[in-house]
Amino acid sequence: MATTHEPRPAEARKRRRRPTGLRRPLTRKQQENRAGLAYLSPTLIIVIVVVIVPILWTIMLAFQRIRLINVRRASVFGQYTLANLELVLTSPGFWSSLWTTLVYTVGSTALSILFGLIAALALRGRFRGRTLVRAAVLFPYVAPVVAVTFVWEILLSPQFGLANNWGTRFLGWDRPIAFLSQREYPLSLFGIHVDVPMALLTVIAFEAWRYFPFAFLFLLARLQAVPGELEEAALVDGAAPSQTFRRILLPQLAPVIALLSVLRFVMTFNKFDDVYLLTGGGAGTEVVSVRVYEFLTARFDIGAAAAQALVLAAGLVVVLMIYLRFFAPRIEGEEA
Amino acid sequence: MDRHSFEVRLFGILRWVVIAGLVVVTMFPFCYMLLLSVRPIEEVLANPGRLWAGPSEWTIETYREVLTPTAAGGQGFLRLLANSAMVSAAATVLTLLVSIPGSYAVSRLRFTGRRQVHFLFLAVYLFPSILLAIPLFVLFTRLGLRGSLAGLTIVYIAQTVPVSIYMLRNYLSTIPESLEEAAAVDGYTRLQTIRKVVLPLAAPAVMANALYVFMIAWNEFLFALLFLVEDRADWTVSLGLAQLSGGIEVSKTVLMAGSVVLTLPIVIIFFAAERLLTEGLTAGADKG
Repeated sequence: MATTHEPRPAEARKRRRRPTGLRRPLTRKQQENRAGLAYLSPTLIIVIVVVIVPILWTIMLAFQRIRLINVRRASVFGQYTLANLELVLTSPGFWSSLWTTLVYTVGSTALSILFGLIAALALRGRFRGRTLVRAAVLFPYVAPVVAVTFVWEILLSPQFGLANNWGTRFLGWDRPIAFLSQREYPLSLFGIHVDVPMALLTVIAFEAWRYFPFAFLFLLARLQAVPGELEEAALVDGAAPSQTFRRILLPQLAPVIALLSVLRFVMTFNKFDDVYLLTGGGAGTEVVSVRVYEFLTARFDIGAAAAQALVLAAGLVVVLMIYLRFFAPRIEGEEA
Repeated sequence: MDRHSFEVRLFGILRWVVIAGLVVVTMFPFCYMLLLSVRPIEEVLANPGRLWAGPSEWTIETYREVLTPTAAGGQGFLRLLANSAMVSAAATVLTLLVSIPGSYAVSRLRFTGRRQVHFLFLAVYLFPSILLAIPLFVLFTRLGLRGSLAGLTIVYIAQTVPVSIYMLRNYLSTIPESLEEAAAVDGYTRLQTIRKVVLPLAAPAVMANALYVFMIAWNEFLFALLFLVEDRADWTVSLGLAQLSGGIEVSKTVLMAGSVVLTLPIVIIFFAAERLLTEGLTAGADKG
């Protein structure tokens, strides 16, 4: 190894000497390099200052005992300790909150992709008013989250919500269901009694409603790029629509579905707004991000909040690693 | 009837059922919002199950209450609208100023670290914004930027620049490089080429991007909550609505009017540019 590296400095020196000797300005390549960095520098600066540094800072805060009162004393040279992590990992409700986050994320991701797929298949062919319907379907996704959560809250309210009023009037419910504030709802179906996690299911339904347009957009774009000959050939062979879907469209859509699963999983896992606005984290819907917020604003415990947020990010990385390890290669294989 | 024709007929019918269902499910909450916002609260509480009230019962009192300043006994949403508009517009302009050269660099110029840039952007998405919120909360408190709309704007830029660069880069890569080479032969400098050749060609993408960034900033809630909650004069509309809907002082129909006011600008933007937006968002998705 050492011998192959040895001639390099000499070569480099020679190369460097040449341009100065000829008094040539920067080469095209160097110029491009400089321009590239210069054009990107505002982006880099802002991302580094507002994203990268805070992330590193959070990692630092997670290992120091800091509360809002003494935050001014926080510094890189502070006392490092594992006390926060210990506090977080052993605090009551942490593991159940992580579990809630996982159920919430997987449920919302799967449902939003499923509904997005159904919507994309239905709105694929042309018909009069398709543009309008397509725009309508995108509404839940683009509308302000505060407005839509508020409408859902009112619709589902046990006192004057439309859902409960119609449910008791037309569906024969004995009493109003507190969709957003009831942890468990005893449901008896065919003589079997199960406790349904009502609030959590409602929040998942909301997520599916709000984010299926996102999946729909991507899936529809991919569907429209599938070459028509493929389906025509299947039709000639006498394939029924369900067979065409399974054998032709689904393999074509698989990479997009895989991408969507990752995107939606990451975004939902980190989500704060929706749960906070709908339930405030109560009734068995306390996801980790809402817990972090509680630690930060109610207890002013910055160290514990940072440690908790870090655990959330670490959990996400672990899940993504598992996903990439076990699922991504299989999808690539299908493509080939 | 064989399987093929049975399925063709079945899915033919199911398709319309799904389309009708989709329209109802997506539009219903918005229609309900609109209908509730024009009804007097007493009437809603008396008949919670009633969906449609005739125009004769409609009132615009709710809108008047939500928009008039707090000093005059209203909820002061006009002020909040102005705050939201200011933050969103500033975030949009600044994001574009940062991301246009950035996306050009990423799509056209070969520089050291070009391949590594996307790891930086990944960080924005991989880490929960609540994780960024803690140090930013501390940092902005120290700098005195917490509680200021300028501080919030800076955060929004950082949140939107990566997606903006991603969208623009996809579009820029469809513009043939030969055009820029021709401009270079004509003696244009790189900046002139960007301004006079690339930007006019990328105008639809830039426009779509601007609207997208505006919508993100307008809809944002968490950072507004963390940074602005103390002073009502600084609230954005989203924050105002969320804060007031938690209490019982303001009637629900007035808040519905507030929701309409919050949603309306987004609806207008969306309908004006639906095509631009959907194409910009999924650019590259059809390439698999």
